[in-house]
Amino acid sequence: MLKIENVSKSFGALTAVNDVSFRLGDTGISGLIGPNGSGKTTLFHLITGFYKLDTGNIHFLGQRINGLPPHIISRKGIVRTFQQTRVLPFLSSLDNLIAAAPDQLGENLLPLFFQPSKVALQETRNSEKAESVLETLGLLKLKDSPAGDLSYGQQKLLEIGRVLMAEPKLIILDEPTAGINPTLIRHLVTILKSLRDQSIKIFLIEHNMPLVAELCEKIFVMDSGSLIFSGTPNEVQNNSRVIEAYLGRTADAANT
Amino acid sequence: MDYLYHILIISLIYSIFAQSLNLELGFTGLYNFGHIAFFGIGAYTSALLSLNGVPIPLAVIGAITLAGVAGALLAIPTLRLSGDYFGIATLVFAEMIHLVFLNERDITRGPMGLPNIPRPEWIGSGISSLPPFLIVTFAAAAVTFILLRRITNSPYGRSLKVIREDEFVAQALGKNTSLIKTKAIVTGSAFAGLAGVIWAHYITYISPSDFTLQETILVLLCVVLGGKGTHFGPVVGAFVIIFFAEFIRFIPIPSEYIRFVAPLQGMVYGFILVIMMLKRPQGLIPESRKFTTTNA
Repeated sequence: MLKIENVSKSFGALTAVNDVSFRLGDTGISGLIGPNGSGKTTLFHLITGFYKLDTGNIHFLGQRINGLPPHIISRKGIVRTFQQTRVLPFLSSLDNLIAAAPDQLGENLLPLFFQPSKVALQETRNSEKAESVLETLGLLKLKDSPAGDLSYGQQKLLEIGRVLMAEPKLIILDEPTAGINPTLIRHLVTILKSLRDQSIKIFLIEHNMPLVAELCEKIFVMDSGSLIFSGTPNEVQNNSRVIEAYLGRTADAANT
Repeated sequence: MDYLYHILIISLIYSIFAQSLNLELGFTGLYNFGHIAFFGIGAYTSALLSLNGVPIPLAVIGAITLAGVAGALLAIPTLRLSGDYFGIATLVFAEMIHLVFLNERDITRGPMGLPNIPRPEWIGSGISSLPPFLIVTFAAAAVTFILLRRITNSPYGRSLKVIREDEFVAQALGKNTSLIKTKAIVTGSAFAGLAGVIWAHYITYISPSDFTLQETILVLLCVVLGGKGTHFGPVVGAFVIIFFAEFIRFIPIPSEYIRFVAPLQGMVYGFILVIMMLKRPQGLIPESRKFTTTNA
């Protein structure tokens, strides 16, 4: 589905992503882990077109996508959330979702004046769909509240809802559970599993290891810009290089 | 009474001008500090064409079109710039246009300006022309209001607000932000051109000194005072500001002090702008958080 080949990205002297290659096949939920500063978010920015890569290629569904602007990559089906929540604070929760609906005829000026009934029909459908997504998220009663008034956890959910409205094939989530309470985390896990069952692929960065182990079928581990390991949660937990990356070398190794 | 007609006409012209800026500043979050340039391009184009024998309706259409094209020419290179840098670029653009008016003497007659700009015969000139001119200006302002409301109460208008709130999110959701912003600037510039056209044919004399930063600040004040991102805000703002500007003419100031006091006018507007930003940034009419699309 997603094929990353020899991708590198440097900022000045700092190599943030160093010759990373891997594939996301038919895995439902894949995880990307690694210590802070290991290049995970940079890699996500590269996949979604927010950064231009220095070398390498990224293919999605057989098409090369590196070099395309972010909005084109999004329309091809890779839709992301951000590490810091980014809801649209002054728009209502409902409008936050409707805004994400793809191919809106009414976003062009001419149809507004010449095909108003078509535009209105599409708007009604998008609005109904947005309400049903809000219901799934448990946010329906907040539909008219400005998104900025929602709690942090609710904003995180709203961001997931926004991604769903965009009809994605692959969802890229940058730390979806960071800073939200355990109840909401369980809610989120249920949502992610139901998405997986609707055969939407998910690729996420996450620091909550028990959660990663529970959700992900395959895990990729980065350290200092390089991919150091990939495998099932069990394999990752027992791999010495991964443990070293997170915890440092063992005491006797460090002393010698 | 005639004086009231005059103030109403000027207020309506400024309401068109302010509404056009509101599309960019209020809805899209583009701080265009050079909006007067498009007002000026509209005014000069229509004046020059009609002075050279082009029928007035054609001159008006030509002027609005050219203002829109100029908007595209500004938008394409400057939209790569973000936030503050965009503002600076637009400021410089307006200064460039001002210098063109001032220095291309073969076309614009430079600082001498363009006198005797013709009007349609059925409006005529002099005091008797005020009521029909008011009707025409009111109609133009009403059309502007209806068209801009239609454009902003729509999925397009919502995409403008998405860009205003967070451009990265807009891109992540598949919005072609450069194209959407360019359309907003072209539309805004065309309506600013319309305001300039009406102004030129109303005043019948224009010169480069009419199109300076001072006028941009005035229209900015109309939008911010009235309420940016709303439909009635800029209209209310324009009426309040123009009536206020006319009112201060009547403050009795001994004539020997006039030359000291006159420059204070600009300072007063600047002061109001600062106070508004600090005390009531949402303006007289605050923006509704609930977005509605008109299906009419």
